[in-house]
Parts: sequence; C-alpha cells; structure tokens
Amino acid sequence: MSAQLQVSAPAAAAHEQGAPAAFVRIEHVTKKFGDFPAVDDVSLDIQQGEIFCLLGGSGSGKTTLLRMLAGFETPTGGKIFIDGQDMSTIPPYERRINMMFQSYALFPHMTVEKNVAFGLEQEKLGKQEIRARVAEILEIVKMTAFTGRKPHQLSGGQRQRVALARALVKRPKLLLLDEPLAALDRKLREHTQFELINIQKRLGVTFIVVTHDQEEAMTLSSRMGVMNHGKIAQVGTPAAIYESPATKFVADFIGSVNMFEGRVIAEGSGRIDSQELGCTVVVDRKLNCPSGATVWTAVRPEKINMSRSLGEEHALRENVVRGVVKEIAYMGDVSIYLVQIDSGKTVRVTLPNVMRDAEHRITRDETVYLSWHGSSPVVLTE
Amino acid sequence: MAQLDNRAGRRLVAGIPLFWLLLFFLIPFIIVLKISFSEVRLAMPPFAPLFQWIQGWPRPKLHFGNYGFLFTDPLYISSYLYSLKVALVSTFCCLLIGYPMAYAIAHASPTWRTVLLMMIVLPFWTSFLLRVYAWIGLLKNNGVINNILMYLGLIHEPLPLLQSDFAVYIGIVYSYLPFMILPLYANLEKHDNTLLEAAEDLGATPMTAFFRITLPQSVAGIVAGSLLVFIPAVGEYVVPSLLGRTDQLMIGRVLSDEFFENRDWPVASAVAILILLALVIPIMLFQHFQRRELEAQK
Repeated sequence: MSAQLQVSAPAAAAHEQGAPAAFVRIEHVTKKFGDFPAVDDVSLDIQQGEIFCLLGGSGSGKTTLLRMLAGFETPTGGKIFIDGQDMSTIPPYERRINMMFQSYALFPHMTVEKNVAFGLEQEKLGKQEIRARVAEILEIVKMTAFTGRKPHQLSGGQRQRVALARALVKRPKLLLLDEPLAALDRKLREHTQFELINIQKRLGVTFIVVTHDQEEAMTLSSRMGVMNHGKIAQVGTPAAIYESPATKFVADFIGSVNMFEGRVIAEGSGRIDSQELGCTVVVDRKLNCPSGATVWTAVRPEKINMSRSLGEEHALRENVVRGVVKEIAYMGDVSIYLVQIDSGKTVRVTLPNVMRDAEHRITRDETVYLSWHGSSPVVLTE
Repeated sequence: MAQLDNRAGRRLVAGIPLFWLLLFFLIPFIIVLKISFSEVRLAMPPFAPLFQWIQGWPRPKLHFGNYGFLFTDPLYISSYLYSLKVALVSTFCCLLIGYPMAYAIAHASPTWRTVLLMMIVLPFWTSFLLRVYAWIGLLKNNGVINNILMYLGLIHEPLPLLQSDFAVYIGIVYSYLPFMILPLYANLEKHDNTLLEAAEDLGATPMTAFFRITLPQSVAGIVAGSLLVFIPAVGEYVVPSLLGRTDQLMIGRVLSDEFFENRDWPVASAVAILILLALVIPIMLFQHFQRRELEAQK
C-alpha cells in the first residue's frame, strides 16, 4: 500500500509483529451504492482499548464504514469480525456495540433519564438496577442535574453528554462515534475532547471515531486511518502520519505542506534535483529509486528556517533557496509567511513568535533565504 | 415605517379569515342559538320572536322547552348515542386502516410517495354523493358483492348488506379515510429516521422501536386525523340516509327531518346546538394537541 521511500519505519513494523488478535477486524470490506463504491476493499485491524479515528473528507466512505460496523449497512463484499465473531448476519439490535450519532438522535419525547434508561430497558433489567446505572453514568458525564429535562431544553453540549451517556450506559465493548464534536463550538470542543479521552480510559471501552476534523483526530486518537475515495490511504499514530505521510494526499490532507516535484540524481543517494524549487534537495537517507525517477519532496512549513543572510553551511546551494516575503499572517502564537522563491513558486513558512517585541521581525518584501535540515523533507512517489 | 406597514399587513392577513369566520360562522351560529330558544309557531318565519317590546324596552322571552323536549323523547337520545357510537367505531376503523397506509406512504421513495398521495386524493375528484351511491350498487341484494359470493357458491341467499350498521361503517370509513391518512402522513413524514436507528442500536427490535419511538411521536397526527373523521361523522347525513338502517336514525337525519318535514325550526336548532356541544370537547382536545405539537417543534 505504502510507496514511501524512507528506508526505516521501525515504529510501524513493531506494531505489525507483536500485535494480539485484533478486537475489530475488517477484511476486504466493500460497500457499493449502485455502481459507486463508497467503501472500496478496506482491511483494518483495531485493538481493544484503542481510540481509533477514521479521518477523511466528505464522501471518503468513513461514515459508511462506521454504519457497517453498527449494522445499519450490509457490506457488499468482505467480512467484519468483532471480538472474533462474524457480524454478517447480526442485526444492529443484537450487536454489543453502541453508536453516538452525529445528530445525537435523542428521543425528543423522553426526558434525559428516560433516554438513557431506554437501552437498559431493552435488556430487561430490573428497575432498581436501571436506576442505579443511569444515575452512575449521568454522574460520569456530569448531567445529574438535568435528569428531568427534555432534549429540546438542553444546550448542544448537554445533548452531546446525554447521547454519550445513553451509548455508554449499555457498557458496550465498542463505541462508535460519528463526528462526536462537530456540533459544538470551538472552546467547548477542545474541552470535550479531553473529557472524552478521560472517560474512555476510565471505562476501557474501545472507541472508533469518525471525523473530518484533523485536529480532533490528532488529539483523540491513539491511531488513525486516513480515508480517501473509499480506501484507507494510511494507518498510523498521529505523529507517524504527520511526520511520515505515505502519499501526497495524506501529506496534503493532514496539516499544511510544501510539495516540490523533482528527479532523483543517482540511485542510492539522497540527492534530488528540483527545478520547481531551484535547488538540490539532499535528504539524510538513501533513496532506493532509480536515477531520474520523478519524486515529490514534502516539507512542513514549521520545518523551514528563514533568515536574512545565507549561512556558511549553505554555501553549496543545497537545501536552500532565496525568495521574497509576499504575505504575513499573524496568528498570535505563530506567524505564517508566504514567500515567493526565485523559481516563482510560493512557499509557506511558519515561525513561532517567541519574543514579544517585534523589532527584528522579518517584514513584507524583504529578501530571505529558506533552508531546512536533511531530515525534514519526506520524499514521496505517489 | 416599513415595520408599521409590516404590522398592518400582518393584521390584514389574519383579519380576512377572521372576518370570514365572523360573518359566515359566528353570526349564523348566534341566529341558530337564538331560534333554539324560541317557540314554534305556524307562521313565516316559523318561530316566535325572542324579544318582546314592552313599554319601549325589549324584554327577552326565553323558551327552554325545546331542549327539555329532546330529553323526554327517546328518539333524540337514542339517535345521539347511535351517532356517537357510529362515529367512534368509524374513527377507530379509519385509524386501523389509515395508520399503516400513512406509514407506508411516508416510507416510500419520493416518486412513489407522490403517486400514492395522488391516489388518496383522487376519489375527491368525483362527487361524494356519487361515490356513496356506488356503494349501493356494490352492497344491494343483487349487487356486485352478493352476486360474486353467490356465483362462487359461498352463499345461497343474498346477504342483507345494505341498510345495516355494516353498510354505514363502510360508507363512512370509505369516505373519511383520506382525512385520517393525510394528517397522519404529514406527521409521520417529518419523523427523523436516525431515531429509529438509535433505538435499534440500543437493543430495541424494529417492533419495539415502533411502539416506543414512532407511535408516541405520532400522537398529534393520530388526534388530528381522528377528530377530522369523528367530528363530521357524528353529524353525517348522506351515508346513513343512503346506506343505513331505517329503524335507527343518526342525529343528522333527525335534524333534517325536524327542519324540513316537521318545520319545527326551534327544535331543529336545539338539536344542532346539542350536536355542537358534543363536539366542542373533541375540538378543544384537537386544539390542545395542535398547540402542544407546535410547542414541541420549537
């Protein structure tokens, strides 16, 4: 799957070897709507106790995959195993999985307490036990004060908590969350993210989260899968995906990136000649690519240095280009500079605003030199 | 300025139907109420004036005898009770038949939905009277139904279908079914399907999900549909006259007989007022539920 050219990827390898039997195993699952494959031959293993995020744009198939896990859609091909059990013929109401819906789907004619108790009533538990467990879970999500309210009397954040409580009260082994924080405003979202992680750790439930928000995926997940056009583009820890993207799509989708086309100078060396960049890129790894092969060099904006003068170490004109600052966006913690380099291409650079005084800050229309360390670029073939 | 215009416009919009109701509903009602307290008289108009002028002052002369009369003659009481029974049973049958139909339409694909709704409304394009007459042709002794049953050898003598309670129920249920289906459809169509998915996800079978989620949320539609059937069914005149029993009248027929045959306008008016009173309770219920649904939507 991965066409990454980096020689070493120790973290990913370790995971593959000593992994226990997967809690959720998705085997070559395909879902077609008419002729259109919404999910296209996806295989994925998810371990118990993980928070696994499925990240992708709209139409990437992430929600369809989640709905297949819940049982609302039947795969056109392939199999899903949960806890070793083939789920093909099991209807949603017999799966020991719960889902938190994006719209929360709270029952509007029932109070908070009734909403949360609904799932337990289906298990035919005693009234006493239901009451105790409802009280316990409402305590955990801090909604004890609102038991008698109807959903339309609650704020968005409160509804989200009730939805979470309603799903968790069944003590599922697996909780599916469809865009759990999308309906909350920014501040509340950040706060809730950490709360979700706390609750997950406390209850030990496996979470599968679908989101289009990369920040959300990065904060929540222990591992994540990036989806594109119904396929999994890359699976890994947030750091692995950000620092070592496997494809141009992943590099571009997660965070911002500067991408330059170039040609490998000699097989086995780490040297790439890029006309688009106007300099030679030297990476501190060997590329097992034939000489002359087209590759893309991806450099994250925060991994580029910017200075007014050319240091001695850059005398060889490797990993350095000259440019003119065209735009500056001051974001508070960082500033984003758009630099037009001599080849005409615009490069995005972010610098942290370490000092409060702005005396020596680089300004618009200044000529600057952009450079990067040999470990910074990621070289991609697709 | 614009706001002022806006407010005036809004008042106008609300005012026109209000004026209409005032002119064509409230004023006639007051006239009927007035007549119901008058004494019958062989003249034109066939009732005594309500006010008498004594020494230049109008003095009311209320006559309660018309109402008292209704409670002494068993004809009226039994007609009232029979009408309520017919209306209740018909409403219940309409609900039993109409709910699944409305549910199916609400869950059909958008193209099918239009076709099915059209089919519900289509009978209205023919005259109501004509459609009830058609049932005579189907139900009478040598009618379609009896002929088919006899031909198949299932019966040897025609079933007395016509002029029975059964025929009245068929006629009313057939005529008023759309009034049950349409408000129910309007309600069911708005339901959020993810709620049912959520219920199933929480372990409810589709059956449980229907009774715990769909049914409680459609109460407003059930009430609206039931009242739209029940209220006109109580005063129904055409169906029982054409299909119904001759030994037991419905109150609508009694009213018309009182008015046209006996020319006793005061008693006819009193009958009308009592029907209205019997219907005020369901109408108020209807409004109560409508208001509740509006509030729930906020």
